[in-house]
Amino acid sequence: MQVKMTVNGEEREADVEARMLLVHYLRDELGLTGTHWGCDTSNCGTCTVAVDGQAIKSCTMLAAMAGGRDVETVEGVAVGGELDPVQEGFMREHGLQCGFCTPGMIMTARWLLARDPDPDEATIREAISGNLCRCTGYENIVRAVRWAAEHPEGATDAEEVSA
Amino acid sequence: MQVPETFDYERASNIDDAIALLERHGDEARLIAGGHSLLPMMKLRLAFPEVLIDINDVPDLDHIRIDGDEIAIGAMVRHAAILDSALLAEHYPIFRDAERVIADPLVRNRGTIGGSFCQADPAEDLSAVGAALGGSVVVRSSSGSRTVPMREFHEGPYETKVGDAEILTEVRFPIRNATGSAYEKVERRVGDWAVAAAGAFVQLDGDMIADAGIGLAAVGADHFIVPDAEAALRGKPAIRESFEEAAQLCHDQCSPVTDQRGPEDYKRHLARELVLRALTRATARARGEES
Repeated sequence: MQVKMTVNGEEREADVEARMLLVHYLRDELGLTGTHWGCDTSNCGTCTVAVDGQAIKSCTMLAAMAGGRDVETVEGVAVGGELDPVQEGFMREHGLQCGFCTPGMIMTARWLLARDPDPDEATIREAISGNLCRCTGYENIVRAVRWAAEHPEGATDAEEVSA
Repeated sequence: MQVPETFDYERASNIDDAIALLERHGDEARLIAGGHSLLPMMKLRLAFPEVLIDINDVPDLDHIRIDGDEIAIGAMVRHAAILDSALLAEHYPIFRDAERVIADPLVRNRGTIGGSFCQADPAEDLSAVGAALGGSVVVRSSSGSRTVPMREFHEGPYETKVGDAEILTEVRFPIRNATGSAYEKVERRVGDWAVAAAGAFVQLDGDMIADAGIGLAAVGADHFIVPDAEAALRGKPAIRESFEEAAQLCHDQCSPVTDQRGPEDYKRHLARELVLRALTRATARARGEES
């Protein structure tokens, strides 16, 4: 079946089986491998993308169900080569080691900050409770999200110099 | 890689369309809402519908509102919306308690109350909440809507009163005065299914219990309830001794099985302890001592 949706602002279309999951549509049909494919069981959260602004696990949504909707993946986060504050926060606060969970973490963090621009640590930990990280112990991820909350416009010029 | 068996995909544009598609495709068709129960079962080949009918575009199923002397919740209301609902928190904080411990925020962005009820998983939390509160379920077919009492809706594990060409459209709970409600759950790790869980609803008449409801998840209680425990509470003083008696009845009359989540005697212990805690908190809320 033809499945058409907006992905990172562009109309995309592919002829796929009805049973194809959104994560495989993004990765295998569109070549957007930034969205990672992990547990397949809606546990790990590395496949998290935004569909119509809601962070969801793309291993548990059919591509057909995303038809006609607005999908954002981690590839769509940076604008014009400028990192999003969440991406910059992960870089500055060392919010990743192996990087496997990072796309999901970033998409969930952006969804959180859109709802709650100034979340406390407990709120951040609750928000990312469906995203598993086996490297960091989460401390630096929480700091990264806090950095983004404190720098909604990104880094200032002074911080650029000291970084 | 987990991939479902092949199927045909249809998208319904409204409720009548969904029912017409169900009638056309027969008993091998299934509705899909949030998909967080059905898709995992299809990946594991525990379910293999020939046709999936997507109802995410169906309007008029996403309300939480007061309707007469009841609160009506549309079948497509997501877990996240239930958690965020000020109306539900005001009348029935049991929903907020339960939703905080259902899966994780991303799953709650997709899963729906209608899907949870129709899945009828014996460990599912909202079904236990519904059992505690009573109320009713509205089911529609091409011949019209019918209302099923909540406690008759679940026929057994994974079985409900919803027929082949029917759709659950709404869940309704009566608004009652001087009530409190609460949900208590023990899980192995954050976001997991319950090892055991208990919901409680209490209506007070002064210091006495006018009415009470108890819903149990994951401990093998038929229809998620233990009627004897509820009967034991009615007309009794709202004190710990009354709660303990009801909790003991739940311990004795539920039927948990030993599995990877724990041994049978531990689950019975949890049923007793969680019923006791839920009744205590529900009563404190009915008295306005706790929010």
